[in-house]
Amino acid sequence: MPKYENILADEPGRKEFLLGNEAIVRGALEAGVDFASTYPGTPSSEIGNVLFYISKKAGLYFEFSTNEKVAMETSAAASASGLRALVFFKHVGLNVAADAFMSTAYVGTNGGLVVLTADDPSMHSSQNEQDNRLYSMLANIPMVEPSSPQEMKDFMKGAFELSEKLKLPVLFRTTTRVNHARGIVEYGELGKKRGKGYFEKDPNKYVPVPENARRMHRELLEKMEKAKELANSSSLNRIELHGGKIGIITSGVSYNYVADVVKSLGIDANILKLGFTHPFPDNIVKEFISSVDKVIVVEELEPYLEENTRVLAQMHNINVPIYGKLDGYFPRAYEYNVDVVKTALGKILGLNIRDNSYKAKEIELPSRPPVLCPGCPHRATYYAAMMALRQLKIKDAIITTDIGCYTLGIQKPYEMADYLLCMGSSIGAAVGFSKATDQKVIGFVGDSTFFHAAIPGLIDAYHNNANLVYVILDNRTTAMTGHQPHPGLPMNGMGEKAPYVDIEKLVRGIGIDWVRTVDPYNVQETIKAFKDALKHDGISVIISKRECALLWDARRRKQNEWWVYEINQDKCTQCGLCSDWLACAAIFKKVDEDGKERVYINDALCDGCGVCATICPFNAIEKKVIR
Amino acid sequence: MKTGIVFAGVGGQGVLTASSIIGVAALKAGVNVTMSEVHGMAQRGGIVVTEMNIGDVHSTLVGNGEADIIVGFEPVEAYRVLHKAHPGSSVVVNTEPIVPITASLGKAKYPDVNEVLDAMDGLNVYTLEATEIARELGNVITMNIVMLGALTALPDFPLGREYVIAAIKDKFPPRYHDINVRAFELGEQAIKK
Repeated sequence: MPKYENILADEPGRKEFLLGNEAIVRGALEAGVDFASTYPGTPSSEIGNVLFYISKKAGLYFEFSTNEKVAMETSAAASASGLRALVFFKHVGLNVAADAFMSTAYVGTNGGLVVLTADDPSMHSSQNEQDNRLYSMLANIPMVEPSSPQEMKDFMKGAFELSEKLKLPVLFRTTTRVNHARGIVEYGELGKKRGKGYFEKDPNKYVPVPENARRMHRELLEKMEKAKELANSSSLNRIELHGGKIGIITSGVSYNYVADVVKSLGIDANILKLGFTHPFPDNIVKEFISSVDKVIVVEELEPYLEENTRVLAQMHNINVPIYGKLDGYFPRAYEYNVDVVKTALGKILGLNIRDNSYKAKEIELPSRPPVLCPGCPHRATYYAAMMALRQLKIKDAIITTDIGCYTLGIQKPYEMADYLLCMGSSIGAAVGFSKATDQKVIGFVGDSTFFHAAIPGLIDAYHNNANLVYVILDNRTTAMTGHQPHPGLPMNGMGEKAPYVDIEKLVRGIGIDWVRTVDPYNVQETIKAFKDALKHDGISVIISKRECALLWDARRRKQNEWWVYEINQDKCTQCGLCSDWLACAAIFKKVDEDGKERVYINDALCDGCGVCATICPFNAIEKKVIR
Repeated sequence: MKTGIVFAGVGGQGVLTASSIIGVAALKAGVNVTMSEVHGMAQRGGIVVTEMNIGDVHSTLVGNGEADIIVGFEPVEAYRVLHKAHPGSSVVVNTEPIVPITASLGKAKYPDVNEVLDAMDGLNVYTLEATEIARELGNVITMNIVMLGALTALPDFPLGREYVIAAIKDKFPPRYHDINVRAFELGEQAIKK
């Protein structure tokens, strides 16, 4: 069966074990989505991966946009043309898209427009854990919050209908533990598509010049009044009555923990599970908190539900104790789980929580931080940069980095990351450091991130005569999020052949003269490029170009060609250049039975890149063909 | 009735694939199942943990003390998730270590595997040389399926082996069925011994 074919099955009632992100695509198909756009970002990435495989077959348009702002704009235009459009990204992606997002509320929509944000409490793969529910308040955009893969699918259809009823985008707020949850999802019917849309020209409606914008803001507030009525009557908000006088208000993933803990501890608590959370469904909540003696609000991150509940209680003189995070019972940082919810409920309700967890005898363990994969071309680039800086005796170079696998260059021995803000910040910050200090500055950026947000910064660097080395780590894919195509590749989001942007030509097109493209597996050439660039006065750009090792590995596995490298212990002097300086994840040291420590290569991890063999001064690393 | 299972290993060992096969097996057996996985950052060499609840559960995470079974694809990674277990839980461990780069760089040493296993006193510990079994079978990447065979052979595993085998066949194209079923059986036998 071709990949993700099961998502397309036209079999209502069929059950599949789906990832939340796969369920989203199924929901969009059941809603008859016509148009989708994204920039990949964890934990939303698999939505795009599925669409990449099935869009053509499903008859919808899909693109990996250059960045989230572009994705927001393309989907907004599709919606204005009468199509149903889904735009999705990780939480910080909404920061990039925010300018367009805010305006879609004013300009309004025509076909349903759903904006999915995948928030990342606990920052499993993000630089912050901002709670994007606050964006729905800031923009005056309605919001839904699903709790499970099944709801991911079911809410999607509801969100499109809601958007069309209100002529507003709908914020579909998810979190890692829903996006990356798997569960059983029961299918409904596939929806009908509209084919091409038609844009009815109406500048007063779609162009927010100040005169129109003033009217639009008033209309938006009226729409939100209507949205509040819909929230108060929505089937996405439901009460589970279990008797007793304790009321728990919750939404999103927290509902799962509440449901399990209430059951396992045998607490008599009624649960108000909110799925349509902005505008805040005031009538439902008012009635609920009036019917109990104690209200407990359980939600991750910001006290969005809690503050709204407290305001409501104050406005209507409802004198009931409300417990949440503003009074310190629940934490405001990091994701929740059954243990967090159990502990807090225990404190509030005076329950004795038994800890049944196993306590192992303590032993000292080595940590296992995420590392660059064996064969990763970034490792070779960082090794070259490190050697160039050592050979030139430069000790205080400022290294700006960016968002991608290569951020792991922060680790020893490379230590190639001193400053990072967000996508594309490597170049803006490098310009700033080059002007604010007399230190050498090197910026690192990946190919996809370069297209996403670094080009304006590079133009800034050129125009303002910055003195820096900028390194574009071109591994021919958007690697960290699962190998999506980007504008530098001859393929688009539909899997079709596409024109591509040549990075070197683009850089030269800005007017930058010092540009050198190197293969990082050619370590000596790369070290020389770094040394030359560091000696150059002005801006120099190194394009370190080599395909992501995982893609190379997969291709060779398919062709049944495989080799690894091993250390010839007769030649090896245990100098440590490969193990301590290249520091490949497949190379390790072991104390042998004779009590001597030796360097080895793990054959299950080695991918045969051979970089260790090229740097070994004693030719002690040898290729071993497996098949 | 519910069974909490935690799968722990190192990126590249096939932990996600293996755990989602068990999820599909539960679906085939007509039992509810939830699972949580973490993606992102580098794909090889870091810690990978998936958590699964089989039975009437909403949460996709397993609480501390609520894992009835730990599946350790690597000894130290099995140890790291032991707080999820309770006294009497089953732990099935592949004994072949993957030494992290931090140990090579001279920070904390990788402990002796027996020391790690001894620290699991009070749990039902089952060990096998899953990587070596897969290597002998001809493809070291089938280690995750060897581990599934071992998991399925545990007395407290709640699903029938036929469902797991069917789910394995769903996951791989037909040309890989034989080697994976063989890997599964070798894992079962390693535990029964």
